[in-house]
Amino acid sequence: MKSRRFFMDKVLISLVCVSVVIAIIPLASILYYVTVRGLPAMNLDFFTKLPPLPNPGAPGGLGNAIQGTLILVGLAACVGLPFGILSGIYVSEYGKNFYGRTVRFLGDVLVGNPSIVVGILGYTLLFQPFHGDNLYAGVFALSIIMIPIVSIATAEALNLVPNSIREASAALGIRKWRTSLLVVSNAKSGVATGALLATARVMGEAAPLILTVGFSNFWYAGPTAPVASLTYVIWYFGTSGLQNWVNLAWGAAFFLIVMVIGINLAVRLLTRGRITYA
Amino acid sequence: MGTGRSRADTVFKVLVLVFASSIVALTLTFFYELTTGSSYTLREGLNFVTSSTWGGSIGNFFGVLPAVYGSVVTSAIALLIGVPVSLGVAIFLSELSPGRLRSPVSFVVELLAAVPSVVYGLWGIFIMVPFLTVHVYPLFQVYLGFLPIFQGYPTGQLPGASILDGGVVLAIMIIPIVSSISRDALQAVPDSQREAAYALGATRTEAIQISVLSYARSGILASIFLGLGRAFGETIAVAMVVGDTPRLSSSLFSPGYTLASLIVTQFTEATGPAYISALVEAGFVLLVVVFLTNIAARYLISRLAKNREAASYL
Repeated sequence: MKSRRFFMDKVLISLVCVSVVIAIIPLASILYYVTVRGLPAMNLDFFTKLPPLPNPGAPGGLGNAIQGTLILVGLAACVGLPFGILSGIYVSEYGKNFYGRTVRFLGDVLVGNPSIVVGILGYTLLFQPFHGDNLYAGVFALSIIMIPIVSIATAEALNLVPNSIREASAALGIRKWRTSLLVVSNAKSGVATGALLATARVMGEAAPLILTVGFSNFWYAGPTAPVASLTYVIWYFGTSGLQNWVNLAWGAAFFLIVMVIGINLAVRLLTRGRITYA
Repeated sequence: MGTGRSRADTVFKVLVLVFASSIVALTLTFFYELTTGSSYTLREGLNFVTSSTWGGSIGNFFGVLPAVYGSVVTSAIALLIGVPVSLGVAIFLSELSPGRLRSPVSFVVELLAAVPSVVYGLWGIFIMVPFLTVHVYPLFQVYLGFLPIFQGYPTGQLPGASILDGGVVLAIMIIPIVSSISRDALQAVPDSQREAAYALGATRTEAIQISVLSYARSGILASIFLGLGRAFGETIAVAMVVGDTPRLSSSLFSPGYTLASLIVTQFTEATGPAYISALVEAGFVLLVVVFLTNIAARYLISRLAKNREAASYL
């Protein structure tokens, strides 16, 4: 009787360990194949040339997609970070009331909002008025993905700052707004973490871009023209069935993964695991 | 009198308030834009989700039943596979892991969340789908082929993008969120619970069952809701492996659609107000479903936090 219980214990403990292995296999496989298939595509042409023609063996690279991704993500960060950080300051420093809790709650809910729905919003608000793919719609979509993520990360980082700092500051007669900035500067590694992770997240977004900025085979040609991006390349070239395009898609995946995981590793080292992704 | 300084206070407060209100405004805008954007088909009411007539660019009547079915089935498969694995990971991290393994394992699982969805899609079509089609699905065929859900498998045909492939990719993609939220729930269980179980002579498994899992029930449920929301709304990875065929079939080996993959694959080709309206309405359905699951999850999590606060006063 007793041995049966201990046997069940062993069985269930092994199942738990097996599930950890199962969870790690996909990541290992993704990293392995993206490296093995993507690394050969890394050369000077990849960063400097325009996409090749569909015929096999045609030379080319993804210079325009790298350029487009940097423009889109850079501008989205310029819009999304101030909105996210300031609203996070509100939630943490001024939001101990119904409205503050509402903002926090809606932020939590919006973080899980499907990115395709964000893409539709970009489409109805900014694609249709311009009658076509445009940079504004794409930047808008990416920045509204960032806002709730950054807002929550900021609020959580500020919440970790001990109240004694706020009290000390108030006792010195420092005004509330200066005190709030003091709190932010105390939590700056947490705020930076949220900003970096949100940037990494939108760098990997494909669905909203498909609906808003489309794709272009050429260099950036102004805000009212389609803009190329790495994620669109992975989707479009990856499913094209043409070997040279598929190779470039793996290259784009490798480049993207290196950037995104690089940011995550940097954050991890920066904060020593105090703040987590999710 | 220092009015200048208190004015600065007011200005700052209004400034952060305005920026914070962007989140409320965004939420309202989502609902407003997606209902007005789909006004053309919204008046068809529930026919939209119960009919499988997809009008495409010529027809005027749109029904997304196959996509609703695809979304529901792929999400169900994702939960069926993903939740047990995630719970295993959570139990490992919270209860069993030696200290030096905890941090690397949780980092690896977090990295799974950092991999862009489109990279999952690429890996899915070139690595995962061929592997499952060649090595795993034939076994299902042999041993479970009598079930309608495992019939009609095109043997030897590659690549076999299908509803089941979509579900498996989703299962992998929900592991990070489900495991991290349920790990938090397990770690919030007070040690006195575990000690009480051990004092009664429980084995580790029994202690986890009796005191930890039941105590953390609502947190685990919240993580499952969040995973469901993630799976239901996930777009590009599923679009790449689900086959994108508007067909209702009982077999999991047949290609299908999900609401999200329908939108992303057809939006750029959509012409005419009815077609676009139908796709926006599909997005509206997604928005509502995911909002409800996330609200349920957040409600459970906030209740958990309140309980913990109450417990800390004791």
